[in-house]
Amino acid sequence: MRKSITSVIMTMTLGLAVTAPVMANTLRIAEASDIASLDPYSVTESNTLGFLHHIYEPLVRYNAELKLESALATSWEVVEPNIWRFKLREGVSYHNGNLFSADDVVASIKRAVDPNAPIRVNIPTVVDARKVDEMTVDIVLSKPDPLLLNYLTNVYVFDKEWMVEHNALKAIDLRKGEESYATTHANGTGPFQLKSRQPDAKTVLVVNTQWWDKPQHNLTKIEFTPISSDATRVAALLSGEIDLMYPAPLQDVNRIVATPGVKVMEAPSLRTIMFGFNQRDSQLHDSNIKGTNPLKDQRVRKALYQAINMDLIREKIMRGKSRNAGLLVAPEVPGFDASLNERFPYDPKAAKALLAEAGYPNGFRVGLDCTNDRYVNDEEICQAVVSMWARVGVKANLTAQSKGNHFQKMLGGGSDIYMFGWATLPMLDTFSALTGFLATPAEKLGTWNPGGYSNTRIDTLIDQVSGELDETKRRQMLAEALKIARDEVALLPLHQQPLSWGVREEVSLPQTADNKPRLWYAHIK
Amino acid sequence: MLSFFIRRLGQSVLVMLAVALLAFSMFRFVGDPVTNMLSQDASVEEREQLRENLGLNDPLLVQFSTFVSNVVQGDFGISYRNQRAVSELIAERMPATLELVAVAFVISLLVGLPMGVYSALKPNSWLSHLFQTISLVGISLPTFVTGILLILTFSVTLNWLPAFGRGDVVELGWWSTGLLTVSGLKSLILPGIMLGLFQVTLIMRLVRAEMLEVLRTDYIRFARARGLSNRAVNFGHALKNTLMPVITIIGLQLGAMIAFAIITETVFQWPGMGFLFIQAVNFVDIPVMSAYLILVSLIFVVINMIVDMMYYLLDPRLRADRASANSH
Repeated sequence: MRKSITSVIMTMTLGLAVTAPVMANTLRIAEASDIASLDPYSVTESNTLGFLHHIYEPLVRYNAELKLESALATSWEVVEPNIWRFKLREGVSYHNGNLFSADDVVASIKRAVDPNAPIRVNIPTVVDARKVDEMTVDIVLSKPDPLLLNYLTNVYVFDKEWMVEHNALKAIDLRKGEESYATTHANGTGPFQLKSRQPDAKTVLVVNTQWWDKPQHNLTKIEFTPISSDATRVAALLSGEIDLMYPAPLQDVNRIVATPGVKVMEAPSLRTIMFGFNQRDSQLHDSNIKGTNPLKDQRVRKALYQAINMDLIREKIMRGKSRNAGLLVAPEVPGFDASLNERFPYDPKAAKALLAEAGYPNGFRVGLDCTNDRYVNDEEICQAVVSMWARVGVKANLTAQSKGNHFQKMLGGGSDIYMFGWATLPMLDTFSALTGFLATPAEKLGTWNPGGYSNTRIDTLIDQVSGELDETKRRQMLAEALKIARDEVALLPLHQQPLSWGVREEVSLPQTADNKPRLWYAHIK
Repeated sequence: MLSFFIRRLGQSVLVMLAVALLAFSMFRFVGDPVTNMLSQDASVEEREQLRENLGLNDPLLVQFSTFVSNVVQGDFGISYRNQRAVSELIAERMPATLELVAVAFVISLLVGLPMGVYSALKPNSWLSHLFQTISLVGISLPTFVTGILLILTFSVTLNWLPAFGRGDVVELGWWSTGLLTVSGLKSLILPGIMLGLFQVTLIMRLVRAEMLEVLRTDYIRFARARGLSNRAVNFGHALKNTLMPVITIIGLQLGAMIAFAIITETVFQWPGMGFLFIQAVNFVDIPVMSAYLILVSLIFVVINMIVDMMYYLLDPRLRADRASANSH
């Protein structure tokens, strides 16, 4: 909160002791990192996009159950296989008072599909937008795409006049070394509007009384503070300086629960943690086996799988908060099939037998690359896996390092076995996993498949699924692809890591698996 | 005098160039910024394109010379993470760090100096022993532990002081200050203590050792023999002479506090320069890291230069030596 000089002097003359009373309906939240920018087209980070959703809104949005619902568009239809027509909501106004109309949507889509706009990758098939009339817009695709609505949940609509006025019709282009007005200012249609922002310190939103939707919250103000140190974030919650904080570090959960007045909300998240295998190179980087690559052998991959005791990891490292995974996507993700989610059983004997069958009765040495600052207890999980593998004779050489280094090495193809997590965001669909790390690497496909897993049936399925508008058929194909990956042990799924939010007792809000608090459902008693 | 100054200036520029080059060669070990900047779905080509456009594929020396020539023109580039001009980001954070350091500095002087003087004058009193013990704790406890303990005690248990942030700030032109509001002042106390604690113990030990030394010198004995009051001897003569080396050291410490308030700022989510730097390291935000390291080396170079110049002005022997050396 910035005070003007006069108000400060007034406070001082009034006797200095008066601190502004905290309004009953101010929600103070803290997260580990600050939002990167106020411009939702210049970033793809989900925490930034999640927070900016309070200021800006998309045509369609997810509700508290992660189901799609209409937002700035009221209805839509597919007029031609690759043209979708959207009817826009009447009577919506921006925080600056301008009225929302088709021009805004067209200008926003054009801004988002600009080749230099970072958000571009989130809407791969969108080519253009055309105004039909004041309240109708056509969105043009490069090919039929069943996931357009999912994509559009991340494209927030700007006010065209505002962008023109402030020369912000294009998203920032870092290479030109220019700053954008939209990086430090915001004007949306959302339930809250920006009041002030001090990067890394505090961002304040106040309620938008002109919001088109019927408010289901009772907040008047949101104060967002990033607190990067885990211990400080917990302390701030316990001392009553904040009302909601996330993530709540697992090791502190019991302490928070034991403190009167605060509680912990926990649920498994969308993010599935897994190991990828180098199945591309003819020889591993860090192994005693020369001239051949043991990880190409399905039996070896399955042996490594069955040598891991996920129940033990869940109980001892994740403190019972994770959800063991047999599939590569979480249950909330369309395409998930519960009948396939059973893990291959933990069985060191069977693992040893499989290794012997594959020609490695005494095991072998292999490199294991993990992050130590990206996923919940990532390094601890890998250490546990190293000792479990050691029991069946596989000596993993663990390298746990910070995410910047890890992903550089992994995506550059330098790892034997590598850890990563996949939440299927922003798409929130199994298709994201298919194109991301199950597709044979090619141009836009398999960018997270440095191990080079390749299956022609999966590649065919990806091709068919991408244009399939019949939802039932589409889901069947997604499940078939997941089943193939499971049977071939394409990757080794571990678990969905937990979300944990620390909250004061007075606050209630739905906890969504995508780890984006939706404060337009929040209540303070 | 002028030639001395010019020579020092030349050396300083070399030092800064060396620091920048060292920093630059280290950045490649921090990781790849492109992974952080693009979404998971970005293709290999898009990654490669961005890397090319940012100049990350150029040889190290080319990157370095581009950077230096931009800096000379006053352009530090755009932050990868915040997407704003780096110079603006640093200017925005500087008041927070400087105010924190000032408070810590005042605390360390107000507490450390009297403690040092007292334990030099009464080396065997129980209070002096207590001071010694406390200072041992202060020197050996890692600062982040002190910070967390302070938060636990004064924020969580007693609920007196805030656990994080700067509180309300007032804008005076481009300078944002927390010194004019109650919550701003309250917010300064804990981080100020955390940052100042090591300095307190350092100053106390330094003053004590120096003063014990001075108290043994002849002129103090003569002063006592002349029958001057204890007060005049201790404070008029002994303390004054004690302070000369102390001022030099704490001057240099001041630079270190500005540059390395990083831990304090991280623990207290203090929106200062050190915090900006640590965020930049996490994100592999090369422009911010480079600018910060240049700034830090500038601070040290300037302080060192001032100290050298002061020696030159204060110590006539330095000048005399030079004069005689030149005449040979």
